Amino acid sequence: MASDAEHTRERAPVLAVGRSPRRRHQWTGLLREPGTALGLFLVASLLIVGLVAPWLPLDDPTDINLPDRLHPPSAEYLLGTDHLGRDTFSRIVHGARMTLVAAAATLALSMTIALAVGILSGYNGGWTDTALMGVVDLLLAFPSLILALAVAGALGPGLFNVLLAAGAVWWVGHARIIRGITLGARQTEYVIAARAVGAGNMRIIFRHIAPSILGPIIVIASLDVGWIILGIAGLNFLGLGAQPPTPEWGAMLNDARQHLQTAPRLLLLPGAAIFLAVLGFNLLGDGLRDLLDPRTRRPGN
Amino acid sequence: MGAGMMAYLVRRLATLPLLLLGISAVSFGLLNLAPGDPAEMVLRQRNPGQLPSAVEVEALRRELGLDASLPAQYARWVSGTLAGDLGQSYGTEQPVAAQLARRTVPTALLTAGALALALLVAVPAGILSAQRRGSLLDIAARLVALVGAAVPSYALAYGLIILFAVKLSWLPAVGYGSPAQVVLPAVALSLAPMAQLMRLIRASMLETLGQDYIRTARAKGLSEQAVAVGHALRNALLPAVAATGVNLGYLLSGAVIVETIFSWPGLGQLMVEAALTRDYPVVQGFVAYIAMVVLLVNLVADLALRIADPRLRFGHQGM
Repeated sequence: MASDAEHTRERAPVLAVGRSPRRRHQWTGLLREPGTALGLFLVASLLIVGLVAPWLPLDDPTDINLPDRLHPPSAEYLLGTDHLGRDTFSRIVHGARMTLVAAAATLALSMTIALAVGILSGYNGGWTDTALMGVVDLLLAFPSLILALAVAGALGPGLFNVLLAAGAVWWVGHARIIRGITLGARQTEYVIAARAVGAGNMRIIFRHIAPSILGPIIVIASLDVGWIILGIAGLNFLGLGAQPPTPEWGAMLNDARQHLQTAPRLLLLPGAAIFLAVLGFNLLGDGLRDLLDPRTRRPGN
Repeated sequence: MGAGMMAYLVRRLATLPLLLLGISAVSFGLLNLAPGDPAEMVLRQRNPGQLPSAVEVEALRRELGLDASLPAQYARWVSGTLAGDLGQSYGTEQPVAAQLARRTVPTALLTAGALALALLVAVPAGILSAQRRGSLLDIAARLVALVGAAVPSYALAYGLIILFAVKLSWLPAVGYGSPAQVVLPAVALSLAPMAQLMRLIRASMLETLGQDYIRTARAKGLSEQAVAVGHALRNALLPAVAATGVNLGYLLSGAVIVETIFSWPGLGQLMVEAALTRDYPVVQGFVAYIAMVVLLVNLVADLALRIADPRLRFGHQGM
């Protein structure tokens, strides 16, 4: 057996080179770089547009102007108007702000829960760990969008309720990861040393364990924003979240449904905006993961 | 199936009711955290524009059993569920169980179609993409995977309707019944799992193609395709099987949105209607039903994984 394996291993490099030359690896490596750059560009654009939206010289996104309803794109209305004569360009721009606020709020809520549950579980161990991870396993098996839909439905329509619902279901997977990191950090020599010199639990958690969680958290968060944007826009599209006349992309799509035949751009434009935002965060997240966590430098997971 | 496998199956089946009980308790609690009185909302829906009187609300509360304590309500719901009675919809006043049963077939048809389409594209594309790493085909496949993960299913659905139903008039936009009507919703639903499967199969195929036994197969003189399909694919598909739960989540979450757009009379449409009208018995029944489906499918996928991958079989753990 051993000689067989030796034999194969000796021949392997020849075969491997014949199959995929090194040049190609560099090529795909280069492909990844522009992806990250594009992601950074898209995210930066979204952030800038979202931040300055209220100060741009644009029509009020909720201003109804019936004589100009369903106006095609023109010099006055860059992307035309919707069925109530509202400026679509202004609504898309203000929608960027809504999207950012919604994603940030959901991320903050879900990360807070994930950190609390994950650290508590990993640091305390014992029955706390068993109970909390039992709940996590329970929720992990369930499609999160459907759970968010149920919670949002129970709370009643409204953007705030959708954010609450999304935050309340999104933490589950992260809590497990944070628990794992905490568990690992707790057993390191520097934490044992800190405990030996009499450091309290809070001091150990904040000074010694938190820094090792930070990197993975950034990666998780950046990979997560795309999903959060998709999910929240989906709930808004279904009519559970932002209500008219709020300029939110998912709600805009919902609002434009009856104009599918006459003004398809009213559906395609917010759809494209969501796509670009999600694509940007996904690309940036992939790049950040490779940068901060070289061990996972592999496409797929 | 060895003794270890049997013990594993028994243990998994034994925890299933516990998990279901847990999920139903969580969803029951979440629903009852909600502000507002369901009885009052039901009356508002039944008589639009009228403010229900306190006497009416109190009478309906008693009728619906909402005057009991929360644990008592939950206990009643569980005992009803065990007897196959999930209660009545507030809106239609029909039994929830019958509604769920009626809606299951359309959703099963749609998700099966979407999954078949996703696999049909993702498996060959994933294999070829891994074999010809860096080629145009690989770049195209990775682009599709990237775009597929970022396109909202609702935007894609409307894009498909605008192109194929409105502009080209090739396919019907909405409705349920004829085979042509399943095409657009199935395509819209398939993109997310397709993208995910493509990434997974490509990554695991790349890993598998570097293994010693693949080198041995090549050294035997087998053709590249015989190596890929006969030797590598079986191992490369394992992560895809392991991700069944994730993909089922994609499919069911997507079905909620796609069914609403295409007027597809499935479970997703029922859930959205129920959520919008706060029809708690339907939402609660739906969540419990989906939880059961998800847990059972995950169990089947785990078993399949154990049968396909001897390393995971518990009976062989000691070796």
